[in-house]
Order: sequence, then C-alpha cells, then structure tokens
Amino acid sequence: MALDLTDEERAVAAGRDGEGAAMAMRILAESARLLGATELIPVRSAHIDGALYHGDSGTLFAERLVAGGAKVAVRATLNVGALDLTGSCRVRLEGAERDMARRMMRAYRELGCEPSWTCAPYQAGHRPEKGTDVAWGESNAVVFCNSVLGARTNRYGDFLDIACAIAGRAPDTGLHRVENRRARVVFDVSALPAPFLSSEIAWPVLGSLFGREIGSAVGVVTGITGHPGEDALKAFGAAAASTGAVGLFHIAGVTPEAPDLEAALGGQPAVATVAVTPAMALDAQRRLSTAERADRIDAVAIGSPHLSPRELDALERLVAGRRLAVPLFACTGRHALDAFGPDRRAALERAGVVIVADTCVVVTPIMAEVAGGVLMTNSGKFAQYAPGNTGYAVLYASLADCVESAVTGRPVLRELAA
Amino acid sequence: MMAARGEVLVAGAAGSGPALVLDQPISFWGGVDPKTGGIADVRHPQHGENVAGRVLFLPGTIGSSSASAVLLELVRGGRAPAAIVMHEPDAILLLGLIVAREMGWPAPVAVRLDRAQHAGFAGNIVAVEPDGTVASRASHVPGA
Repeated sequence: MALDLTDEERAVAAGRDGEGAAMAMRILAESARLLGATELIPVRSAHIDGALYHGDSGTLFAERLVAGGAKVAVRATLNVGALDLTGSCRVRLEGAERDMARRMMRAYRELGCEPSWTCAPYQAGHRPEKGTDVAWGESNAVVFCNSVLGARTNRYGDFLDIACAIAGRAPDTGLHRVENRRARVVFDVSALPAPFLSSEIAWPVLGSLFGREIGSAVGVVTGITGHPGEDALKAFGAAAASTGAVGLFHIAGVTPEAPDLEAALGGQPAVATVAVTPAMALDAQRRLSTAERADRIDAVAIGSPHLSPRELDALERLVAGRRLAVPLFACTGRHALDAFGPDRRAALERAGVVIVADTCVVVTPIMAEVAGGVLMTNSGKFAQYAPGNTGYAVLYASLADCVESAVTGRPVLRELAA
Repeated sequence: MMAARGEVLVAGAAGSGPALVLDQPISFWGGVDPKTGGIADVRHPQHGENVAGRVLFLPGTIGSSSASAVLLELVRGGRAPAAIVMHEPDAILLLGLIVAREMGWPAPVAVRLDRAQHAGFAGNIVAVEPDGTVASRASHVPGA
C-alpha cells in the first residue's frame, strides 16, 4: 500500500506554512515511502542528533530550514555538538571548520531546539510518557527512551530527526507499532555469580555482549533480581547499541513493558535463548579492551553517555581530594553540572579532572594526540568507539579502577568479570 | 551488453560511468571518506577504490545513522557516485539524496536491482536512466 498523506500534510508539503516546513514535510514523506509506511503519526517530542558537524553540507541544510522560517512543532532537545559552548574545555577544531560547526549549532537553536547538548536528555528532564510516540535520534537515547521509559521511537538519523520535529510527525513503522515491540530472544544471565551481577562493570559488559548476540532483534534479559538503577540501564543500553543495532530491550521484572518474562514475550514462545555463561561474560569484558598489556595510561575518559549528577558524586567520592597523574576527561551536560554546583566542580578541576560539556571526547578532537596512547574508560560505548575515532588503544575498567589509575598513571585493574 | 530494468527509489539525473560493484555491504559513515569518496574501511574488499563518478552497485548497507550526512557531503563536493544501484532500499543512506534534491544540488538517481544481477556489470561503462534502466555501454579499461 502506498503512503497516504492527509489533506493537512499535503498542504504543508505544498508550502502553506512556509518553505522550511514544506521541505521538512517532503523529506519526511519521501522517507516514509522508502520505509514502506502507509501513514504518518503525530509525535510528542524529538531528540535531535543532527547538530554534530560532519561537513559543511549539514550546516547549509540547517540554515536553509532557518531561512525558510521553519520551527519545531514539538519539544526538541539537542544531542551533543562538535564544540563545548560552555568553554569548559578546548576543542581542537580550527578555522573554517570551527566556524561551520558553530553556525550549525546556532541554526538548530534558531529552529527552536533546546540547548540541552547532551546524549542523556532523559536525565536532563526530557522523559516522554510510556506509550507515547516520539522521534528520537542518538542510539543510546533511542534505546533508553524505548526500553526504560517505554515511549516509542525508531532510530532517527541525521536530517530525518529534525524533519520529524518540524512536521510533528513520524512514519508509522517499526517500534512505533506494538506488534514489533515484544521480545523474540531471551538473554538469560541467571548462571552468572551474584557478586558480578551487582557490580558496576556487569552492565556495560553484558550490554556489549547483548548487542553482539541480539543484533537488531528485540531481546529480554532474565535472571536479574531487583532494579539495578537508572545509570546501570543507561550503560547497558549504550553498550548494546554500540555493538548491535539494538533499539529496544526488556529486562524481566525491571523495565516497563516487561513486568515478567511472559509479558515481555507477548505470551508467545521465544525464537531463541542465549544462556550467558561466566566464560562469555569474561570474554565480553576482555573484548572491550584493545590494550590489555599496557604498563601505563595516558588519559581516562568517562561519561558516555553523559554523567548524571549521581555519577559526578561518585567521581568526587573516589577522587577524594587527591591529585591525578594523568587527565581524567569527565563528559557531561549542563543539567548535571548545574546540579553538581560550581565549587565542587572547581575542586575536581584542581585535582586534574577535565570537565567536557556539550560534547564528548570521541566525536570531536579534545584529547592530545599521543602516538600509541592508552585510554582507560568505564564506558562500553567509549571502549567501542575510542580506538577508531581517537587513535587511542583502550583499557576497560570500573570507575573505581579508572580513578585509581588516573591517580597513579598506571593501570590498576581489580575488578574482573564473573 | 547487459541491460536490466530497476525500480527507481529516488528520482534523479541520468548518470553513467565505470561500474564499481561492491562485494560486501558498506557503512558510509566511517567507510567512505566524505571529502574524497575514497573507500576508507580497511576491512572492505574494495578498500582503496573511489565511489566518485562511478555507477555504484551496493549489495547492502550497514551501520550508522550518519550515512545520509556522508552522502550529502559527497554530492555537494562533487564526489558522489554517478548513480546508485542497490539490492534493497536503505532509507537512511537515500535520505542524503532526498535532502540534496531539496537543497537544489544535482543528485544522482538511485534504483533497486537484485544483487544477483550486479556482477554482470563489473568491468563495464554503465548508464542508469531516470526510468530505472541500467545498461552497460562498453567495456571499461582501467586507466584508459
């Protein structure tokens, strides 16, 4: 069946509300047609990943929408940009590229997007209600929105995210449809030892394994007793969405669409079950590191996704007033820094913590170029992307081990999986 | 000479050039240099080839939601393929062409053609028409 636009949508596409709104509606309609959708549905909010500079064409696109008078029709928060507009840290993007990156960030503001500049909008007050349709970009935000909040979104990439926000609509397909949200695959972690499952590293490690095993399917984790906390689910989803095309996961007894295993499966039998063994968990942890045998580290990076206020508290506790031997890059958003407060932040900076706001160390050049450099991180997502995007080899460790290593300048690895 | 009728996915100008038939799916983000069109993915069998001006046969696409941004950047910089022939539509990649057309930048046509038919075009100069016809014109002698 072909895409059927309403009279209203046709009028917008024909220019009734201005050329910017028309362009957004036409882009949305063409995409919907390619996706095989038969209609557009209203969305309640958007999270826009398109303001990260990849080249001048993206800036010119955003400025064309501004010139055409376009405005977002729904609440739209912004993901990270390529610059730290707060001035917390220096981004090594120079000349024309710096200018175009800045123009791009300004254009998205002029379209009416909120300057949240964070990949964790769900911890910055943007939390759509369960069951509502939204149009979100940024893989970790998409997976959190679907899985932890129970709102409904597909993975909206560059250009389509802002087109949906301006039109206030999205193609009726994929995870917007209830029948596509039930789990097909069971990911059973009940054979893993309880001390491992209650450790911080369990979630990024299991997330990266989940993404590799499940791919683009919807899976349900079983064998978890008790809610592990929102930051753990954030780390799990981000890791899963960096090793696989995961858009939605369920955790039986924890996430909103999975009161129990049977409900998550929609009352139907699972297509497959992954029985996770301690050896699989240990292997997944090892695969997060690319520099197992390093005898020194050059930097530590944390905060992918952006640190919550609670995670900043934990960092402060672990640093405990000591001086760091190598820089520790703490990537976070304005929301968390406001909650944390300027005095405590200044104390962390005196210790050697480099606060990175509005952006992060794997999407734009911030860390020094070090030949053969070794980066330690507690983030499964940083571990996945840092080698390709920064040139640093990665050592994966818990937050406590990351801080101890930053203090000594040498890898301290005390927590091992399973 | 080979000829086949593909389904037009995104309308665009007719294009012709030497065929570049990829043996494996590719992620445009991270896999193709947005400034030059060079295939930058070292693990890809066609690493070192360049998509600019070629009729690009894609058996599949993988990866990032920024593929559209890379294709748009190639179109604007004059380094896009002359035409794109793909096994199945990929709404994220093709969004780059849809946006290019909206920007008024001349964008190549994209058509769907089963990947079993791709290999027959390798080594030829291929023309893709606005109606979806994919036809080889002559053998392509690299460097000639």
